Order: sequence, then structure tokens, then C-alpha cells
Amino acid sequence: MTGAKEQWGSRLGVILAVSGSAVGLGNFLRFPGVASANGGGAFLIPYFIALIFLGIPICWAEWAMGRYGGQKGFHSAPAILGVIGRGRIARYLGVTGVVIPLAISFYYTFIAAWCLGYFYAYVTGTIGIDGTMALSEQTAASTRFYNDFTGTAGNGLMFGAGGVPTIVFWVLTFGLNIYLILRGLSKGIEKFVSFAMPIMAVCALIVLIRVLTLGTPNPDLPDQNVMGGLAYMWNPDFQVLRNPQTWLAAAGQIFFSIGVGVGVIINFSSYLRRDDDVALSGLTAAATNEAFEVGLGGLITLTASFVFLGLTGTVAAVQTGTFGLGFQTLPVVFAQMGAIGPLVGAIWFFMLFLAAVTSSLSMYQPAVAFLQESLGLDRKRGTLYVVAICLVGSFMVIYYTEGAVFWSTIDFWVGTFLVLVMAMLEITCFSWIFGIDVGWDEIHRGAQIQIPAVFRFIMKYVSPVYLLVVLVMFGINNLGTSIEQIAQSPMAQLALGLIAATVLLLMACVYAGEKRWRAAGLDLDGKEMLPGWTPQVRAEENVS
Amino acid sequence: MSIGGWILMVGSLSFVWGLVAWCYWRVLKAPDSTRQ
Repeated sequence: MTGAKEQWGSRLGVILAVSGSAVGLGNFLRFPGVASANGGGAFLIPYFIALIFLGIPICWAEWAMGRYGGQKGFHSAPAILGVIGRGRIARYLGVTGVVIPLAISFYYTFIAAWCLGYFYAYVTGTIGIDGTMALSEQTAASTRFYNDFTGTAGNGLMFGAGGVPTIVFWVLTFGLNIYLILRGLSKGIEKFVSFAMPIMAVCALIVLIRVLTLGTPNPDLPDQNVMGGLAYMWNPDFQVLRNPQTWLAAAGQIFFSIGVGVGVIINFSSYLRRDDDVALSGLTAAATNEAFEVGLGGLITLTASFVFLGLTGTVAAVQTGTFGLGFQTLPVVFAQMGAIGPLVGAIWFFMLFLAAVTSSLSMYQPAVAFLQESLGLDRKRGTLYVVAICLVGSFMVIYYTEGAVFWSTIDFWVGTFLVLVMAMLEITCFSWIFGIDVGWDEIHRGAQIQIPAVFRFIMKYVSPVYLLVVLVMFGINNLGTSIEQIAQSPMAQLALGLIAATVLLLMACVYAGEKRWRAAGLDLDGKEMLPGWTPQVRAEENVS
Repeated sequence: MSIGGWILMVGSLSFVWGLVAWCYWRVLKAPDSTRQ
């Protein structure tokens, strides 16, 4: 319908593409901050529970739905959820799975450009933080660099003379993304992540080794050592487990990190063949994300901060949030490392840049696929339409930089709230409309592992109820305050307007797509099972 | 670092690195049907 059918080049390629989509700045910057603020090591208990009862089951559901929808000739969340959810309501609600990655890309590529800019500043020695100055002066210099580079001091600063470097790095980052998207799944996304993921792992290991061998750099401050840093991150406070907020934070971190409910996995897996494994592939992608998050992010960031800034400085850094920690505190930490500091800083921000691009790439692809199949476009034209939409969204993000209100509003409503809604929609369609019996067989078609039978119960009952509780608690905790903020902030209202316009545009595309799909004789309401589908496919037959 | 901290850190790291190693071992030893 839209030209040659696209395929992944290898199984490892699709696993790395999904992993690359999930591994981003949150693994290295958000996770340590959230964990340390919610009981340290004790946080890992609700975190792993959320992984097992929410993250991985929904991940499997997304992989299976995507592959099934792909066999019906669809590659986007609205069309696939129309098939799985058997009708128009699920199809229109499925627009969420295109809005989320598209709207996140408006600001995420801007943040990826910061990483590239910081990398460049370290390579050229223009970061401007001298480790011999007083710590307060270094902090001031770091904050100044951040404010100048990101334009948080006021609107329109990025379009003045001072914003030229940032705009150049954004153009380079956006251009790289679009070039790779234009090259297609196998030659673009898969090829890039196949290089980027191992390089990221090597960069993270280099920084980890440096951090773990810091010892006690300042003999006058013997408490500020590596063991103290690890203790700050990992010593458990079990009292927090009685607090529902800790459980909510853990579930939120899993959703934020693992990439479920975003609309990317469902798109990526739609290019699999009928009998390609999804059970082991889904688990491997989720495990890769956890290795980066817990295995690397949990050891590097706060340990380094504690060794040089001590307990007070690290607590203050965590309170500044993900971007304060990553872009204001860590440059000060690297400045304390002496001659090797700029090199470590360059490696760190290059790794963050790769992590950001492997994620941002996956945000454009679902929208390109959706416009292709709903409007009958080829890949080049579909990409051009997405570029046009993104230029409008991105220019608004880059213009309205004051206090980061504009993109924080998109991040809250789309990147957090809608992700929970989308995950709820997916698990409901999969377990209750498509049916867990059919769904379970679908997950095990071509599977190279047998998933324990208890997950059938978890996917039908536990995950939806768990998610509903998270959604309700999230609403109670946040929606009132957020709506008040919107009422008081014209910039937040503008951001919501941008989201609403994007939703309406995509819904119009669904309407156009419905006509096209019906005319093409496609089973857009999922009324018939795939030809040759038989129940009770035994996973054991595929397990060697 | 407290004993609880050690247990949680070593346990968590063992879990994630063990899981990822097992997964890639299974992926790499299985035939790749996408290359057919």
C-alpha cells in the first residue's frame, strides 16, 4: 500500500532498536535521583515489583500486538489498536500512541542538542568551569553556562545572537535524526543503534571505572569517598515502603524508563515476521534497559557527586531534578577530577548524546509510519510531513524557553500522564478485548522461551488493576496542581494548545486512513483472525 | 555502607546483569529467523 514492505535486518537489530529507544537520559540522571529520594536501596523493592507486574507484562503485550497488527498490514498504534480493540473507539484512542512520541520529540531533540553542545564544549575546552576556583564560583559558572546554553532565563533568547551555538547543535541533531529516518528501518535506525548501543556501554563503563577508583580524593574530607557515595545511593530506608508515594514513584520510573505505553514498541514490532519471537526479544530489550539504569546509572551519577560535593551538595543536586543534576552539578564534579576531568566530561556527554539520539529516533518513526499508512504516502513524503509538524513544535519549544515551562508542560501531560493512559488502553485491549487466551497464544507464537503461566493471570488481572491504582493516585496527586498552573501560565496554555492541535491533526488522519484501509479491503476492525491462526501454539516446540 | 545496602546493591546488580547476560545468551544461540 505504501511501497515496499519494510523489515528489520536482524533479530538483534530490533532488540537493540527497542533497547535504544528505552535507554535515555532518565537511566543515568532521573533514576539515581528518584531512588535516593525514595529510600535508597529500599526503593529497588517496589521498583522491581513494578517491573515484574507492570513493565514486562505490558512490554510483552505491546510486542505481540505490534507483530499481529503488522501481519494485518498495519504499523501504527491507532490502526493496530483498532484491530486488537476491534473497532473505532480503540482506533481513535490509539492516536495517543502517535501523539506521545511526536510531542516528546519536540523537546527531546532540543535536549539531545544540549548533550552534543556540552560534548563540544568539553572537547574544545570552552565549558568555562575551572576546578581551582572556589566551589561556589564553579557552581555559578556551571549555572551560567547552562542558562546561556538552554535559554531558561527568558523567551526568545535562542533566536538572538547568544543562541546561535544551541541552534547549530539542534540543527545538527535534528538533521541526523531525519537523515537516519529517511534511510529506513534497517539501513537507518538499526544500523545506527547497532553502533551506538555498544559505544554507549563502553563509554559508561569507562566513566564507571573512573568513578569507582576515585577513592578519597580530598584527605581533608575523609567522609567524601566512594563507599560513602555508594552508601548514599544504596543504604535502605525501609520506612518509606509504608508510603504509597514511594510505590507510585517506582511505577512511574519503570514507565518513564522502559518505554512501554509510548507507542514505539508497537510500531517497531509491527515489522517482525509472523513467527519471529517476541517473548525473549521483549524480555531482552527490557533487561538491557535495566542493565543501563540500575547496573550503570545506579553506580555512577550520585557516587561521583558525593565524592566531590559531599552529602549536602549531593542532596541539593538531587533537588534540582534531572537536568540540574546532569547539566549543572555534574560539570562541577568533572572539574574536580583534575586533568582527566574534561576527558571524562566529554565521554559522559557523548554517551548521553548517543542515548538521547537512539531515543529520539524512535519518536519520529511511529509518526512517519502512521502518516504513510493513513495518507498513502511513501517514506520520503511521510518523513517530510513529520518534519513539517516537528519544525512547528520544535520552534515553539526553542522559542518559549523561559523557566522550561513550555516543554515541562508537554512532558507532564504527554510524557507522563498520557503514557499511563496509553498503557491502560493497551493492556485493556490486549487482555480483555483481544482476549488473554488469544493473546497468550500470540505471545508464544515462535517464542524461544516459555513464559511462566502465572503471567497469564498477571496480564489479565494484576497489571490492569495495578495500573488503574497508579493512574488514580497520579491524578489525585498531580492533576489539581497542574491544572492550576495551566490557568496561571499563558505558556502552559500554549503548550496544551500545541498538544490539542497535534491530536486533532492526527485524528483527521485516522479518519482519512479508515476510508483508505476499507477501500483496500483491510480488516481494520480485527473481525477475522489471521489466516492459518490456530489456538494453543506450544512455545515448547520452539524452545531448544 | 550498611549490610542492608550491600545486600540490596549486590542483589540488584546481580539480578539485572544476570538477566541481561542470560537473555543475550539465549538470543545469540537461537537461529535468527529474520535473516531467512
